[in-house]
Amino acid sequence: MTERTVSVWQGKVRIRVLSRGSGPAVVFFHGPWGLTWDPFLDELARTFTVHAPEHPGTTPDAPDDVYHLDGLWDLVLCYDELLTALGVESAGLVGHSFGGMVACELAAAYPARARRLALLAPLGFWRDADRVVNWMLLDPAQLRAHLFRDPESEAARRMLGVTPDPQAAAEARVRFMWSMGATGKFIWPLPDKGLKKRIHRVTAPTLLVWGKEDRLVPPVYADEFARRIPGARVQTVDGGHVAHLEQPEAVGRVVRDFLSA
Amino acid sequence: MKISAFHLMPHRELPDDFEKRYESVWVTPPWWELADASRVGQYYNWTLDELLYAARRGFDGVCTNEHHQNAYGFMPSPNLMGSVLARATSGMDVAVVQMGATLPTSNPPIRVAEEYAMLDCISGGRLVAGLPLGSPMDVNLCYGITPMEHRERYREAFALTLKAWQAREIFPWNGRYYQLANVNLWPRPIQQPHPPVWVPGSGSISTFDFAVEHDVCYCFLSYSGARSATTMMQGYWNVVAERGREPNPYRAGFLQLVAVAETDARAEEKYARHVEYFYHKCLHVPGMWYAPPGNQDYRSLVATAKNPVRRAENPKDLRYRDFVEKGYVIAGSPATVRDRLKEEVVKALRVGNLMVLLQIGSMPHELTLENIDLFAREVLPSLRSMWDDEGWVNHWWPERLRKTSPAPVPAGVGASRA
Repeated sequence: MTERTVSVWQGKVRIRVLSRGSGPAVVFFHGPWGLTWDPFLDELARTFTVHAPEHPGTTPDAPDDVYHLDGLWDLVLCYDELLTALGVESAGLVGHSFGGMVACELAAAYPARARRLALLAPLGFWRDADRVVNWMLLDPAQLRAHLFRDPESEAARRMLGVTPDPQAAAEARVRFMWSMGATGKFIWPLPDKGLKKRIHRVTAPTLLVWGKEDRLVPPVYADEFARRIPGARVQTVDGGHVAHLEQPEAVGRVVRDFLSA
Repeated sequence: MKISAFHLMPHRELPDDFEKRYESVWVTPPWWELADASRVGQYYNWTLDELLYAARRGFDGVCTNEHHQNAYGFMPSPNLMGSVLARATSGMDVAVVQMGATLPTSNPPIRVAEEYAMLDCISGGRLVAGLPLGSPMDVNLCYGITPMEHRERYREAFALTLKAWQAREIFPWNGRYYQLANVNLWPRPIQQPHPPVWVPGSGSISTFDFAVEHDVCYCFLSYSGARSATTMMQGYWNVVAERGREPNPYRAGFLQLVAVAETDARAEEKYARHVEYFYHKCLHVPGMWYAPPGNQDYRSLVATAKNPVRRAENPKDLRYRDFVEKGYVIAGSPATVRDRLKEEVVKALRVGNLMVLLQIGSMPHELTLENIDLFAREVLPSLRSMWDDEGWVNHWWPERLRKTSPAPVPAGVGASRA
């Protein structure tokens, strides 16, 4: 795996990018809980050159860079600059949760950047009758129960930094909280920031992947995307909001096959 | 020393099983199940009457505050209450202490500057301008302000407010969060260059840094008493010293719950259930809501994670005697209350501007008046001269009231006892 930090936004925003694999470019945008290179990304890296940037503010030693961005428009422009800096003209764009919303916004703002678009339980819409749970207000136990089908699974413990070492636990807690704050900045208090006005601009073939037992963003939200993106396909899978961590190989295969088509 | 009566305007009749049945007293308590508008009208009028009674009994100031969607305190507009108080204390040497209108939830924030200027005009220059950051529950959860922008918005709004009061010329404000082409406040406050500013906080390090930097009075609004505030307030005084400011006790305010009776035993009989109501029901809020991600800056987040504040005991496990013993509430005979306030609060924390909460939780109107009356007669006079021997000037009190002490009106002449 290679690791590099790219400066964008007049040098004020530093974004670390983890990359692995070979083949056509795929860019993965992580969710509100920070980037961890996981087996799902390994699965994609079997066929693609996967670039996984960290959202502004979540890169180690650059927590305050996020203060240079005022809103979603600034964030989308940052990612356009990042792709240019990576030498990526167009790519398969993949995103999970908040990152799915970012990938979709990027594909709407710059249709030519998105060769194909794979969204895993993306945010971006709001239905009064099927509310997205505000994960930023849940305590750690509630959060695990909302994210994972099995909150006691190894994947759940790993993601939430459950460790016997108090110093490592404190560091994990800081990273986790700050990741939620830095991403939450762009979606508080409701994750509808106008994607419905822009999503018609998406031209890339699109796949939506949703865990059948997603207790954070109910699977009905797949309809909001599917009915607005012509030809979009919805694939439900076993698992919760982080099905790609619970079933990395199965979900990875679905996404890889779609991106390879 | 200046002593003010503080009020939260709580729901006084929440059901006995409130904290078991409902998620929270704040943000989500269901109005239609828990409240009745006519009865709430009675609470507002009791609140005003109690504060006016305190004013007439010789308190130096009366304090209101702002909360939203909160059953323990629902003055969403403290300035409506302050306006009544300003008018009704006309001719009295009592300060109207607004603790206060919250800048980040007022848009544009010059609305606060305007209303405070109105209050200063109506009161004849008796306003203390509290400029709180606002709690995460109020600002982030109820009013939708992004946690990461909360402090930045506050700092910008604070600078705008101070400039709007003082500027001699009409000016444009091209801020990050607020843009105004012609700031030209009507009216301006009587007090020059501006009314005294208090910044209330609940112990956040960055807030008392801010208070010292801007030379305002930092007020620790605590519900857990002076003992648990000692370290925090020492931290504040350390910052005061590091920044080369004088250790003037009037640059510190503190809120203390107080219940006075004829004897210690009578205090328990009269107040125990109201004190327990306050701590068991009124502070029933999910812990995560106090610090949504991004509300604390990164530096504070790391500091908190490295040195977690030893988790205070859960107030729900405590009873009246624990609250009194631990100093959450100072309760008892006048002598007990006098001594503990002097030693534990005023001297230990070095507080010049003391606020006391005398209507606690479910405490009914009549009993509240008794508490106010006993405090005013038996406790307040002996506190008033504290700090006089050190000769400090209370720069954070309306100038025309600094040297005077309100003369008490005899009991019974004050607020109606309806």
